[in-house]
Amino acid sequence: MMANNSESKKKKVESGKRKAESLHPSFFKATLAIIQKDLSAEFRSFELISAMLVFSLLVIIIFNFALELDIKVRQSVTSGVLWTTFAFAGTLGLNRSMSVEKDRGCMDGLLLAPVDRSVIYFGKAISNLIFMLIVEGIVLPVYSVLYNVNLFRFDLLGVILLGSIGYAAVGTLLSTMSAQTRTREVLLPILLFPVAMPVLLASVKASNGLLAGADFTEVLTPINLLIVYDVIFIAIAFMVFDFVVEE
Amino acid sequence: MQPRPLALKILDFASVIVLGIATYLALVFAPTEAVMGQVQRVFYFHIGTAWVGLLGFILAAAAGIAYLVTKDMRWDRFEVAAVEVSTVFFFITIVLGSIWARPAWNTWWTWDPRLTTAAITELIYIAYFMLRQGIDDPEKRARFGAVYTLLGGVSAPITFMVIRLFRSIHPIVIGAANGTQEKMNMTSDMRIAFFFGLFAFTVIFIDMMWHRIRLGALEEKVEQLKLTVSM
Repeated sequence: MMANNSESKKKKVESGKRKAESLHPSFFKATLAIIQKDLSAEFRSFELISAMLVFSLLVIIIFNFALELDIKVRQSVTSGVLWTTFAFAGTLGLNRSMSVEKDRGCMDGLLLAPVDRSVIYFGKAISNLIFMLIVEGIVLPVYSVLYNVNLFRFDLLGVILLGSIGYAAVGTLLSTMSAQTRTREVLLPILLFPVAMPVLLASVKASNGLLAGADFTEVLTPINLLIVYDVIFIAIAFMVFDFVVEE
Repeated sequence: MQPRPLALKILDFASVIVLGIATYLALVFAPTEAVMGQVQRVFYFHIGTAWVGLLGFILAAAAGIAYLVTKDMRWDRFEVAAVEVSTVFFFITIVLGSIWARPAWNTWWTWDPRLTTAAITELIYIAYFMLRQGIDDPEKRARFGAVYTLLGGVSAPITFMVIRLFRSIHPIVIGAANGTQEKMNMTSDMRIAFFFGLFAFTVIFIDMMWHRIRLGALEEKVEQLKLTVSM
């Protein structure tokens, strides 16, 4: 009898928990839901990715003629060209992904959801990161083919991943801010580039070393700084995001 | 608007005096440097302005945190004052540095860690003003401003560390590291001019901050008056 009683109690508690969970989803689940929303909206229209992609290819073509990328020059500027392209395409994507939320009033809906505000930040940041990675995943092979350099090396891809994480982390926070100002799209690169400078510089430094044939241990310092930047800025963004979306 | 408090009047007066003395010490009192010659005298003001420039940016980041915690508009006025005064001083530092660099390094500018970090920091705080300009709601403006000074204050040192991976030619004045960079050796007279320069610019900085904070209070009043008139 006793055992039966405690078991039914347990069941009750469990069903109560489940109810509470459906009303207040866990941090992880809520973040996934936001990412899923962004991805499915994007994969129906391909608005953002296609714009970023075409823009990236255009930037590379412009660089080709501006810098006369012959074999000699190419070796020393490849990482610079790639990171400039990613940074510019990144701002394009960040701007778009936030202004969509703002224009159609989705942001208010997200803010009304019974979840922690930082869930919105992480959801948006991760989906922005995914968009950046998709674009980079297409630009890299195209660049490899066009200029006959092998960019598919695990160490280089690791640097690109770390750099993109930092860029998306700060970019998401700042694009949330710039979307609420009068100048909007114009303001984001002005706010973002100086603050994201360490990411771009360290990434360029590390990729440059790797492309020049340096050993992984030789470029460890810029990579460590990238990791430091990523950790610090994700933490700061996590702490201050509440203040940025408060109404 | 209350009249200027007596302490501020005294501080105004003191600022002019110490600036005069600092100029005298730098231009006349300090001995001419053996290698660089007269142009080295720029250094006493270069360090003074750089010091208050950095001080202001650190104060601004601290005020930003204080604002986010307390939501007291006085911290916002303090933050704006610190950033604005420091941006000007920092610009003066860069210009003075360029004047020194032209004969010493034979170039106005080089992409050295200190110079690059200074330029990027300056750009961060110019972006800060553009951000504030784009927001009408004073409360939101204060919030966004505080967040951005915090981001800028954290990012600038990391930028410095990253650029330091590239070579540096900037002289180190205090505590030269490992002998790879040139170190300045000061005589005692030079040290007097140097430390008095630091002191003088600190006094001037406090004076200007005070004025700017009072101006901020006035601005707020005007904004409120405009709102009541338009209603």
